[in-house]
Amino acid sequence: MNDVWQWDYAFEVLPGIVGGGLWMTIKVTVLASILAYVIGLGLALLRRSDLRIVSMVAWAVIEFIRSTPLLVQLFFAFYVLPDIGLLFDPVTTGVVVFGLHYATYAAEVYRAGIEAVPRGQWEAATALSLPRSRTWTKVILPQAIPRVLPALGNYTISMLKETPLLLTIGVLDIVGVAAEEGSQAFRYVEPITIAGVLFLILSYSASLLTRWMERRVGIAR
Amino acid sequence: MFENVPEYISTAADGLWITVGATVAGIAIAAVLSFVFGLAMLSRLKTVRVIARIYVEIWRGTSEVVQLYWVMFALPILLGYRLVPLLVGILVLGLNFGAYGAEIVRGAVQSVPRAQYEGTIALSMTPAQRMRRVILPQALVEMVPPFNNLFIQLLKGSALLTIIGVSELTHQGKEVLIPRNVSEAATIWTVILLFYLLLAILITMGMRWLERRAAALVGRQPTKRDSVFARFGGGKDPLPAEQSKGGLADLRRKGGE
Amino acid sequence: MIRFEDVGKSFGPVTVLDGLNFTVAPGEFVTLIGPSGSGKTTILRLVMTLEQVTSGVITVGGEYLSHMERGGRLVRADEKHQREVRKRIGMVFQQFNLFPNMKVMQNLTEAPVRVLGKSRAEAEERARELLDLVGLNDKVDAHPSQLSGGQQQRVAIARALAMQPDVLLLDEVTSALDPELVAGVLALLKDIARTTDITFLCVTHEMGFARDVSDRVMMFDGGKVIEDAAPDKLFSEPDHERTRSFLQAVLERG
Ligand SMILES: Nc1ncnc2c1ncn2[C@@H]1O[C@H](COP(=O)(O)OP(=O)(O)OP(=O)(O)O)[C@@H](O)[C@H]1O
Ligand SMILES: [Mg+2]
Repeated sequence: MNDVWQWDYAFEVLPGIVGGGLWMTIKVTVLASILAYVIGLGLALLRRSDLRIVSMVAWAVIEFIRSTPLLVQLFFAFYVLPDIGLLFDPVTTGVVVFGLHYATYAAEVYRAGIEAVPRGQWEAATALSLPRSRTWTKVILPQAIPRVLPALGNYTISMLKETPLLLTIGVLDIVGVAAEEGSQAFRYVEPITIAGVLFLILSYSASLLTRWMERRVGIAR
Repeated sequence: MFENVPEYISTAADGLWITVGATVAGIAIAAVLSFVFGLAMLSRLKTVRVIARIYVEIWRGTSEVVQLYWVMFALPILLGYRLVPLLVGILVLGLNFGAYGAEIVRGAVQSVPRAQYEGTIALSMTPAQRMRRVILPQALVEMVPPFNNLFIQLLKGSALLTIIGVSELTHQGKEVLIPRNVSEAATIWTVILLFYLLLAILITMGMRWLERRAAALVGRQPTKRDSVFARFGGGKDPLPAEQSKGGLADLRRKGGE
Repeated sequence: MIRFEDVGKSFGPVTVLDGLNFTVAPGEFVTLIGPSGSGKTTILRLVMTLEQVTSGVITVGGEYLSHMERGGRLVRADEKHQREVRKRIGMVFQQFNLFPNMKVMQNLTEAPVRVLGKSRAEAEERARELLDLVGLNDKVDAHPSQLSGGQQQRVAIARALAMQPDVLLLDEVTSALDPELVAGVLALLKDIARTTDITFLCVTHEMGFARDVSDRVMMFDGGKVIEDAAPDKLFSEPDHERTRSFLQAVLERG
């Protein structure tokens, strides 16, 4: 057991990490991203509400969630949700907490995107007597959303790298499985290094994807 | 329901100091690494640029939890001895967030108008003088808001130290308070979340002060933001705002000024 | 003082200058005129070493600027060599390019202290004299952002003079200014040109000023000097049709 790197052991743990962990990482990231993008848009619209109380509450929620650790929010949900009768399984809890946390980031992204739509667009819609809901759905959002996609993509990459937190509530992603293997064999070098390399590959390919989106958005404008 | 709150606060406070210590030390290391590697990415020497790029990509591209595990459990096998968990945590926070910070520094330096650089050439300054006396002071102003973001992310990242057994704030909740009073989980976690919020506000206040100082240095008004802790977007984007061309960077500039 | 020998300059596939030859004598005030995009700025930037020649040689004050001698052969100048020669050259930019992180005084003393190695006291004394000259001695402690465009440009002129250059390059130094501020800055430059023996190479669209202050005017088009004459000659009876139509167009524009 003295070699710095043992290939047989590496190949022994690889299938478990890729088969079990990788799948969990991707599943949670995708589901939570969708949730974050949807709730984030809702939060952004509430934040722009004409009712001052509504926009203030939205602002407070966004700032509070953004300023405190995801891990503590995860524990909060894990221990408190069952008390109020919401018996989610740990994966669902994780998706909900990740989705909410990142929704606050998404809200700020949407906000910047909406603010970047020129004032003239609002004025033109008013001049055409478009109702407010139609102005939003047909004029403003179609212009704002394509521009914010790359930034949202970047947050999905951040989220990807936080999925290992789920191991604290018993959901094993790439790192969870790797750590499990490591603790059984009392040898962490290979599984944890494999986990790191997998993350490098994942986040690198995801960043290629967002860069591609950025170029597309650049052309579209 | 609230009669135990004082006890929760005092027990949590035992971990608070470790959180504060790890965060401050992590910020110090991250700040130094940000400047070293941020400037290295702008070096004229290709080797230096490549080394800096590799550091940044590895520490940004893997996950903080992976890094904690790796330094805690894998590195000792290569090194032959173990580091105490708190030290591991501080090192990982510094190295991880230093990689993000390096991109902030690089972006801010590159955002200084080219005309300023040409001004220094017309005055025959040496490359070191150009950077130290003219470019960096101006870049500093641009760096403060994204560093504010980054340091709050670092504070939040310090909660993960609980995974390797550092008895910081989150650890006090999970391993000390919850086992004692699991029925009051909501109160316990709220107390702990509020502690983090307080620390985040303190960081923002400090950074706002720095920003005013830096803005005064270049004779401008600090950027207007709508609250004590409203910040520009996320500081921990894999591609920081300054770098992503045609993305949110120019949207923000319009919206934020 | 400045000599261009067969200088060529391309940006990628675009050739801006092609086999350009001219000289400027010590103490001379030479103005470059010509249509937009003809490469006037490029010439000044080459002299300031902000750009490097593609071919040909530039000398300043008898020293190679674009090149240097090494082992009896002429090779491309390195940064160190250029920094030495560059000390003799100053430039005033269209957009002033003052350092916003320094007050007016420090803008004027930074380079004299750090580059020329003057004592701070000496540099400050000289800076005060120069601020007197440009009429801004009450702005010593102002930030550039607190000054008007005209004032900023005066400080920029003082900053360039603080380096005691042999050659001063002026690139459309009044075109970013409000119309009512232009005359003051031009009068200042004229004053400096008359009272010092600095060699000037100037790009401007202010034809009245050019005629008034220049020893020679060079009409520049298509990467070549097409006419080179005393201002009175060039402005009143140019030899070339191209010069005539250019001047006419400029005068009509205002
Ligand atoms: N960095 C560069 N890269 C590519 N092309 C350039 C660059 N700088 C200048 N050019 C091109 O070189 C040509 C000459 O530019 P230059 O700025 O010297 O013209 P100019 O005579 O000063 O014009 P103007 O009167 O408008 O200031 C132009 O066609 C310009 O597009
Ligand atoms: Mg020009």
